[in-house]
Amino acid sequence: MTSLVFPLMVFCLLSAMLLALLRLFLGPSLQDRVLAANVFGTQSVLLLAALGFAGGRPDFLDIALLYALLTFIGTIAVLKFFRARAESESAKR
Amino acid sequence: MSALLHPIVNVALLTMLVLLALGIALRRDLFSAAIYAGAFSMTMATLFLLLDAPDVAFTEAAIGASLTLILFLAAMTRAMGSEKIAAPRRLMPILVSLLTGAFILYGAQDLPPHASPAAPIHLHVAPDYLARTQEEFGFPNVVTAILASYRGFDTLGEVYVIFTAGVAILALLGGAGTAGARRRKP
Repeated sequence: MTSLVFPLMVFCLLSAMLLALLRLFLGPSLQDRVLAANVFGTQSVLLLAALGFAGGRPDFLDIALLYALLTFIGTIAVLKFFRARAESESAKR
Repeated sequence: MSALLHPIVNVALLTMLVLLALGIALRRDLFSAAIYAGAFSMTMATLFLLLDAPDVAFTEAAIGASLTLILFLAAMTRAMGSEKIAAPRRLMPILVSLLTGAFILYGAQDLPPHASPAAPIHLHVAPDYLARTQEEFGFPNVVTAILASYRGFDTLGEVYVIFTAGVAILALLGGAGTAGARRRKP
């Protein structure tokens, strides 16, 4: 029974990743896409953690944590980009 | 990983890679394409890790998913308002890409099967490294031992290259990243 838990979890995570990908493609607003990309990154971190435990390699968890930190940097860059663009648009008016 | 799980995860991740690559190629606005490229790198890094190459996966996650995204966004901030929208799709680049892909697929036919212990790369110096790393250094990751110790000068040279590239990029961006565009305003 317990052997079914991790495959089921991985399957659910993969489905959730596909849904996030769908939102990434459909949009419609830029904020939707940023949020979808962020969720996609978080889900790949979770997938790594789940696969690490499923395969008996809990050291994947450290790597997954590092990924989480890295996606956070990307999100901050995107938000700074939004601010810079908003400022340049308000300067044009 | 269980034998059942591995192919499912691989197929799902590779399908996402193809979808993201198509998305990058077909999207017309640069911002969405940059976001897609970040997600693409993240998926690629996950696949690298599943292939048991954590060092390559780290590099892909750090360079592809964060640094390249930051550089794209910084460049777009500097070029704000001068983005050319909806250039017509041209046939030639697609043909060149497809041709290159076909050549790579053709060349990959000759590669030994994945993780085969009889592959030539595993027969030359690898057994020597595997035998010596444990007694000479005593830590478990042989790849790290090779990169940081046996090929230490090689890695030092790579660090010089990356440092030079970083300095050049800082000089190009004006040393302040995305803040540069705001300073320039009248």
